[in-house]
Amino acid sequence: MLELSLNHYLAVSAVLFALGTFGIFLNRKNVITILMSIELMLLAVNINMVAFSAYNGDLEGQIFSLFILTVAAAEAAIGLAILVVFFRNRGSIAVEDVNMMKG
Amino acid sequence: MFAFQMADIMPALPEIFLAGIALVLVLVAAYGGETPRSARRVTRIAMGGILITLALVVNGDPLASRAFGGMFSADSFAIYMKVLVLLGTFAALGMSLRSDGDSDINKPEYSLLVLLALVGMMLMISADNLMALYMGVELQSLPLYVVAAMRTNSLRSSEAGLKYFLLGALSSGMLLYGASLVYGVAGTTDFAGIAEAISGRDMPTVFIIGMVFMISGLAFKVSAAPFHMWTPDVYEGSPTLVTALFAIAPKVAAISLLLRLSYGAFGSIADQWQQVLIALSVGSMVIGALGAIMQTDIKRMMAYSSIAHMGYALAGLAAGTVAGVTGVMIYMTGYVFMGAGTFAIILLMRRDGAEATRITDLQGLSRTHPLLALGLLVMMFSMAGIPPLAGFFGKWYVFLAAVEAGLVPLAVIGVVMSVIGAFYYLRIIRLMYFEDTDSPLDSKIPMANRVVLGASLAVILLFFAGIAGLLAAADSAAVALIVLG
Repeated sequence: MLELSLNHYLAVSAVLFALGTFGIFLNRKNVITILMSIELMLLAVNINMVAFSAYNGDLEGQIFSLFILTVAAAEAAIGLAILVVFFRNRGSIAVEDVNMMKG
Repeated sequence: MFAFQMADIMPALPEIFLAGIALVLVLVAAYGGETPRSARRVTRIAMGGILITLALVVNGDPLASRAFGGMFSADSFAIYMKVLVLLGTFAALGMSLRSDGDSDINKPEYSLLVLLALVGMMLMISADNLMALYMGVELQSLPLYVVAAMRTNSLRSSEAGLKYFLLGALSSGMLLYGASLVYGVAGTTDFAGIAEAISGRDMPTVFIIGMVFMISGLAFKVSAAPFHMWTPDVYEGSPTLVTALFAIAPKVAAISLLLRLSYGAFGSIADQWQQVLIALSVGSMVIGALGAIMQTDIKRMMAYSSIAHMGYALAGLAAGTVAGVTGVMIYMTGYVFMGAGTFAIILLMRRDGAEATRITDLQGLSRTHPLLALGLLVMMFSMAGIPPLAGFFGKWYVFLAAVEAGLVPLAVIGVVMSVIGAFYYLRIIRLMYFEDTDSPLDSKIPMANRVVLGASLAVILLFFAGIAGLLAAADSAAVALIVLG
């Protein structure tokens, strides 16, 4: 029987975080996918926080993860709102169409 | 058991007051409707609130400065930086008060969002705990994403908002991931606790990775290279009033947070973060100086200029000494007033009521608006670091601290880059004084811009007279930061 240690949790969270980061940089299709990747990164952080909190026997990490969840919700709302405004002007949410300004 | 005590929240009174004003303004804005008149009323109340907050901040007791169980620290460093942020935001809001102004900005929610972002900036400056840091950063960022996209019928503005949001959210993710690793190793989110946990022991690689992630996340917020990609687009695409705000206030808050984090929490492993900050500093100075040369839009040019300014400020930060902190504080003082004064003029770059922000639109300004041209000349000289103006003193103290800390190559690169940077500042002066134009800019100069420009000019020209007092204030604040933080 495999015992779950802190390292297992950290590995899962590191993989999730890397997936989120790659999702942002490699994705060439849709801005919604980027929003999902950002969400994935924040959830990876939450796993880290809760795992460390349990491992250290300290509550702060769990409280921190509650703050992160709340802020992530607000962030998603604002991101989608800006995306809607952008879609009205551009008629598309493809990543390659976010290109009015160079850079 | 945790008992509620007034003394535990009193140091945060300015922030609580400002947040309260913002909540009241939600109602005022809702009842006033979407009219320009209501928008001006909201802005006036917001500006009044900022002035009262300024008085509260200045009256704060820097010795009894801890609030919320040590999460929040209103020491003399925080007071110094908060005064800068409050003055800068006050100026930015003031310039949005014009009767013929931008109808997209003349919405009640604009001042409201700016006020909330201001609360976030003040929290960032005072944050003494990873949680407070994160909440401050997000409270500052979220409203700013929205105001960048404020011009809802403009593709450029919404694209600026979208890019700012996506890269900002990515940077928050990096900041948080770093924070989680730091918390995991140190076992606490308190800066003083972290400093205690890491002093005198060999740090595991995980902790160093976490620290680098956190510094990179904050480097996004101060737009230090290589995390600067969003800056030119956001500066160019946002409505000019919003760009002015971006150029003045948020960077001061972000750099304060970086100071507090590196000197407070990570103070005992300065040799580890020093290399990261040196790399960020050199990258920003080079990208800022070289990137600005090719720009044709003045807002884009100012974006690269601010990247370069952040590079110089980070050089002081990298020094890792009290003199370094003092240098950064003097630098940011000059930066706020240079930004406010320059944007007071850029906001006037209109032709037949439409914004004209190409650099060539400044041609012949000395003939059509001699006083404005003179004002911009002083601002550009100051940004280029020509004595005895404010920008010179900032660079001087920053590079002096770097040299004293043994970072001579960094200071040399800095000086070379400021010489290259002087090229594009002087190009503007050449256009204003040695070129002619047949289509002059609009001649109407609103009162607010006059006041902001006049005040910034006075500060920049008289900087050398007040430098002793500023140095004393910054010095004691820096000592407070390092000892208490």
